[in-house]
Amino acid sequence: MLRLERRPQPSRAWVWAAPLLAVVLTMLAGGVLFAALGKDPVAAIRLIFWDPLFSQQFAAFSRPQLLVKAAPLILIAIGLAIGFRAGIWNIGAEGQYIIGALCAAAVAMAFFPSGPTDVRFLGLEFTMDSAPSRWWLFPLMVAAGAAGGFAWAMIPAILKTRFNTNEILVSLLLVYVAEKLLAAAAVGWLRSPEGAGFPGSRNLSRFPEAANLELIPNTGMHWGVVAAIIAVIFGYILLHRHMLGFHVQLAGQAPRAARFAGVAPARLVIFCLGLSGLMAGLAGMFEVAGPARMISIDFNVGYGFVAIIVAFLGRLHPVGILLAGFLMALTYIGGELAQFTLGLPSAAIQVFQGMLLFFLLALDMLSNYRIRLTSREVTP
Amino acid sequence: MTTPLLAIEGLTKTYPGVIANQDVSFTIGEGEIHALLGENGAGKSTLVKAIYGLIRPDAGRMLWRGAPYAPAAPHEARATGVAMVFQHFSLFEAMDVAENVALGMDNPPPIRQLAANIAQVSTDYGLPLDPHRLVGDLSAGERQRVEIIRCLLQNPQLLIMDEPTSVLTPQEVEILFQTLRKLRGEGRSILYISHKLDEIRALCETATILRRGALVASCDPREKSARELAEMMVGTALQPPERAGRTEGEVLLQVTGLNLRAPSAFGTSLKDVSLSVRAGEILGIGGVAGNGQDELLAALSGEMRSAHQAITVKGEPVGRSGPNTRRALGLLCAPEERLGHAAAPDMSLTENALLTGAWREKLVRGGFVDWARARAFAEKVIQRFDVRTPGPDVAARALSGGNLQKFVIGREIMQRPQVLVVNQPTWGVDAAAAAAIRQALMDLAQGGAAVVLISQDLDELLTVADRFCALNAGRLSAPRPVAGLSMEQVGLMLGGAGDMEVAADTAAETLAQTRSGAVHAEA
Repeated sequence: MLRLERRPQPSRAWVWAAPLLAVVLTMLAGGVLFAALGKDPVAAIRLIFWDPLFSQQFAAFSRPQLLVKAAPLILIAIGLAIGFRAGIWNIGAEGQYIIGALCAAAVAMAFFPSGPTDVRFLGLEFTMDSAPSRWWLFPLMVAAGAAGGFAWAMIPAILKTRFNTNEILVSLLLVYVAEKLLAAAAVGWLRSPEGAGFPGSRNLSRFPEAANLELIPNTGMHWGVVAAIIAVIFGYILLHRHMLGFHVQLAGQAPRAARFAGVAPARLVIFCLGLSGLMAGLAGMFEVAGPARMISIDFNVGYGFVAIIVAFLGRLHPVGILLAGFLMALTYIGGELAQFTLGLPSAAIQVFQGMLLFFLLALDMLSNYRIRLTSREVTP
Repeated sequence: MTTPLLAIEGLTKTYPGVIANQDVSFTIGEGEIHALLGENGAGKSTLVKAIYGLIRPDAGRMLWRGAPYAPAAPHEARATGVAMVFQHFSLFEAMDVAENVALGMDNPPPIRQLAANIAQVSTDYGLPLDPHRLVGDLSAGERQRVEIIRCLLQNPQLLIMDEPTSVLTPQEVEILFQTLRKLRGEGRSILYISHKLDEIRALCETATILRRGALVASCDPREKSARELAEMMVGTALQPPERAGRTEGEVLLQVTGLNLRAPSAFGTSLKDVSLSVRAGEILGIGGVAGNGQDELLAALSGEMRSAHQAITVKGEPVGRSGPNTRRALGLLCAPEERLGHAAAPDMSLTENALLTGAWREKLVRGGFVDWARARAFAEKVIQRFDVRTPGPDVAARALSGGNLQKFVIGREIMQRPQVLVVNQPTWGVDAAAAAAIRQALMDLAQGGAAVVLISQDLDELLTVADRFCALNAGRLSAPRPVAGLSMEQVGLMLGGAGDMEVAADTAAETLAQTRSGAVHAEA
């Protein structure tokens, strides 16, 4: 008979082995899935995990994409992980990401040089150069993006602390509100006056002072990547070196002990939701100013939700999240590759990504329990 | 010689890394109250689990009236005639007494008939209990009666009782003892597990003493002193807590008219609680659990806020201050629940040292944790309080109850508190560790701190405390000096006394009756 036995203390080895094993099991189960769809499983897995990095044909395009996709995932996941460690479940990072992007874009549009672009269009670029340098615009957009995400996350935070609502539901439902606002902005108040009535804002890549350009050409390295790296370092220091991080973990593991240690639960809710909202807002800002270039109806692609998987896949640990972010980005890029080269349906790729979380959560149990074969013995 | 009811021969049970029982042999006669004595971890629980069919021994055998007895499951043990009252009750608060009893039976009769049986047994044995009351409304003593009656309805030959008096008032203990003696009078046997030596000496005629899984002695406890028994249990000579003459100083902790609403439906509101403790003094607060102990500790620790002036430390009002402001003033606390309240189970001892020691021990600088200092502090506590653990990196939940308790109490004492509030510091702790903790509390008071000791253990309160008061339904009685206080007075202070007297009378009456009232058993 199989029996689960609680370990006296969590197994360190399993904490790190579980994600690796989850990846292997996902490859196996995914292979079965792809085979059932009539595709060559080995080729599909190779296309997802290997070709984006090393194939002659795709790597030049895929490698920069890896950074572009991983950066927002990591940035959002770090913020979420800090909350998750405290037992505060922000599921609405997607909404905070959208609002951050909208706020940043709105700031940029407010200063968008309507004259000079026309002039530049005619080849008279000197007008732009003669204008006073607006170096402060990009930092202002960063601040606006952060503030937007923060404010959007304050809604579930305040409702929770004042009325004891459930932050999971409130933050999740606010994603749909944010999507409506995004659509309204894209077809309404942020629509480009030059867009001939098409939805979508002006293109920020045409406005260098507001654009999140590649810092090194053709690497995918933009300010969002820098922010993600800073977030990893910040998250590590906060969680492992700072008293606040200790209180965050204490509150998540033993709420009563946390109150005994002097943690005010309401303040912690505000801090955790605020921080994760802020980071999601930042991610939205870097995205709209960089890879996305503009606000459009379908601006958001689910980074806020996938970041939840990244956070757990990375064991809610900043370094783990860094690795998990790249892995997840890889499955995205590889998944797209598999879609257009093998003709795999996109739903199959989503199932494949879902499997990763499924196996991880199942294997997670092994860090706290061990499986034992036992003879028949009755326990109380 | 007659055949004993139960003979245990060479019983051995090992768990990975631990020998729980090693070659234990003893016999329980018919109509005998047999004490099983030993420290926590001595193997008492493993032994009774084997008798009750919860585990199967690795070696050795048991004989029931001379026939081999090897229960594979509790229902087989019950069918043979073994019943057990566990230390922790397994009752559903939202159901009434009869329903709870029915749930524990293998073939319950219709509930109406069962209720009649319960009423019958409860009068026969002097255990007043209304079968239709909700268990949630019962006191700890009454809940225990539910468990006992559930057992008695099975008409057992052997009743196993695991630490039955730990939650009872002295009056309730007396009622229980009368019941047990009556059962013995009927020829039933009782295996009585306890570490309260006076009780064993008053109740039992034979005692089996276990130490580290092995049998160390069998004796007649009435012929030994409590101290001799304790030394057999522990294996070394015990130092009784000692304290030199005391000098009482200024009032360090003053609580005046503290009122506090219960945080939940199952909590107890504090009503007009007042107390004051001087430097060098230990104030003992007795009372059965659930009478406001947790709330009082939370109010003092700062987890629950009250009127600002209701609590003062050295004259400084702290009622609205948080735990860390109070710690800065020298008011430290150690809650009852070790895992999850005083300590985080999955965190290491180093992290748990940081939990309360952060500011007083300067383990944090500019908001950043100095892990080296935190670790050193944890090591200091481990060493000074003899916490048995491989090191400070071990998770708190891996420690035994007694060791973790030593760590938790030590953590506060090492921070040189001026006022220390402890709730149940020796609950579930073995005798040696309990003695060490009590001694540490007395040393602390000796050094000029004020100590508030909240406990259910009256012996502990009467040996350690200078003054005693009782917490009953959220009200605190006026304190009385411990010197010259009798057990009976203590019992009356603990309240619910009127009810207890009635119960005692009923018990006496039923004792006087003839023993015609056979148990209506539904096996």
